[in-house]
Amino acid sequence: MFKHIQDINTLAAVARRIRRHIITMTGAAGSGHPGGSLSAVEILVTLFFSVLRHAPERPDWPDRDRFILSKGHAAPVLYAVMAECGYVPVEQLTTLRELGSPFQGHPDRRFLPALEASTGSLGQGLSLALGMGAAARLEGAAWRTYVVLGDGECQEGQIWEAAMFGAFHKIDNVCAIVDYNKIQLDGFVKDVMELEPFAAKWSGFGWHVIELDGHDIAALSKAFAEAAAVKGRPTVIIAHTVKGKGVSFMENNPKYHGVAPTPAEVELALKELS
Amino acid sequence: MAAVVNSELKLGMATREAFGRALVELGRRNPNVVAVDADLSKSTYTHLFAKEFPERFFSCGIAEANMIGVAAGLASAGKIPFAASFASFAVNKGFEQMRVLVAYPGVNVKIVGTHCGISIGEDGPSQMAIEDIGLACSLPGFIVLSPADEVAMRAAVWSAAEHRGPVYIRAGRPKAPVIYGPEQQFPLGQAIEVFPGKDLTIIATGLLVAEAIRARAELEADGVSVRLLDMHTIKPLDAAAIAGAAAETGAIVVAEEHLADGGLGVRVAQLVARTHPCCMEFVGINDTYAESATPEQLLEKYGLTARNIVEAAQRVLARKRKRAG
Repeated sequence: MFKHIQDINTLAAVARRIRRHIITMTGAAGSGHPGGSLSAVEILVTLFFSVLRHAPERPDWPDRDRFILSKGHAAPVLYAVMAECGYVPVEQLTTLRELGSPFQGHPDRRFLPALEASTGSLGQGLSLALGMGAAARLEGAAWRTYVVLGDGECQEGQIWEAAMFGAFHKIDNVCAIVDYNKIQLDGFVKDVMELEPFAAKWSGFGWHVIELDGHDIAALSKAFAEAAAVKGRPTVIIAHTVKGKGVSFMENNPKYHGVAPTPAEVELALKELS
Repeated sequence: MAAVVNSELKLGMATREAFGRALVELGRRNPNVVAVDADLSKSTYTHLFAKEFPERFFSCGIAEANMIGVAAGLASAGKIPFAASFASFAVNKGFEQMRVLVAYPGVNVKIVGTHCGISIGEDGPSQMAIEDIGLACSLPGFIVLSPADEVAMRAAVWSAAEHRGPVYIRAGRPKAPVIYGPEQQFPLGQAIEVFPGKDLTIIATGLLVAEAIRARAELEADGVSVRLLDMHTIKPLDAAAIAGAAAETGAIVVAEEHLADGGLGVRVAQLVARTHPCCMEFVGINDTYAESATPEQLLEKYGLTARNIVEAAQRVLARKRKRAG
């Protein structure tokens, strides 16, 4: 089983390494989605390094906790975290988006069987997570399912079909985390299709809602513990984040939703992240 | 595979009801079988499963996209989910989920679409699935089954559960004539040779197998030797049976309760073109939507009866003779 890290400073150092990987990978690929990968770094680092019970040497361990990246375009952050956990060699990360690479443009189980799901079409991961949670409950199994959603993704109707399903069936072993970075491909979420009042929507649908700073590892740890203790309904963590977090010229800049850094930008970004 | 046929064609259960009953039997045998439905369990007959196994049944409300997603999640965690609804909703509204969450990762989900074709009658076109075969067959890795009667449906449900991977099963609303004896086997991917014959082959599926049996009787009375194949598995197609029919009878009529464009007919034609090109005719819905009426009136108006199969057979035989002469 993967040995958890509890020390916040050590986790912060891991997060910095993950950010460097994201820049290097997308820079090498010349395409990809750096902004929404950088915003989700602390969420994934906290989960994989201090919350999920998982075994990188045995990805099919039946009692493992499940993780689904529903916002599949943020694949670079997932690949980097999985590499740092030991699922795949770190050196291979720069094959992102190349023919035959385990690191396909969006997560693809056929090329990386340790993934729980192939994602990329937005709106689908929450349904999948709730199906997994229902199966675990039928088995009387203790494993939990975590699913990371994008904010723009919550404009999909299927998210709210799933939200109703999760509360109605009281699937309390599922925890959704929304990477609320306020930016989507076409621009700011509030200008494309406003989600607010967002927390009220989720609580109106019957979910336990926690709002926090999605870059605060201590707050995230505390929230995951709270979610695990809530019975009778699923939990959603609305994680307020900054798109492009950690790289000054990418922060809050819609351009870097789906545009990779140039070689000069890679150099600049890595300097900031050193 | 040869057949033991009841030629009286007495009305039996609707294939949707046979599905619901088979699912209960299967559920008793296999505790991993679960069901999801979208507020149509009384019509799809999954209410029988829900009654016996309430903890293994998940009501999804009228939300088909989520229903297919939940089924994919259940399957990813080792369950064998059957997701049922009218095919026009399960397949059309759940298609993207069938594509990305089921077909693409090859997840073990079984989807049962009921109320297929126009024989649902009075409810009209919004409820009629006439494109589901085309849609389901377009998904790599999917097995597509179209049983003709209650015996074939029962076998389809059990085969679907035994097969590891995505399966789509097509079911109908009206009571269907019982064609097969209870001992009939339906191996996946093997057509049933309902009758042997040498002048012409009728390849039918679903409700039109019974119509084809009636059409064959008429043609045989006129001295035509008719081979009849029940294509209960539409994907993968029984290539050997089709190539054999093309080579040995030189004339084929395909009959289905589906749009002629994109259904079984075009799939058979593709195979015939690759192997032994021969004269073909197609009985199906001709690029239109139906309307409200009784099932019998609709099958008559939209050309899906034994009479239409006989006429198609006469056309194809005339072409075959012209070609030979």
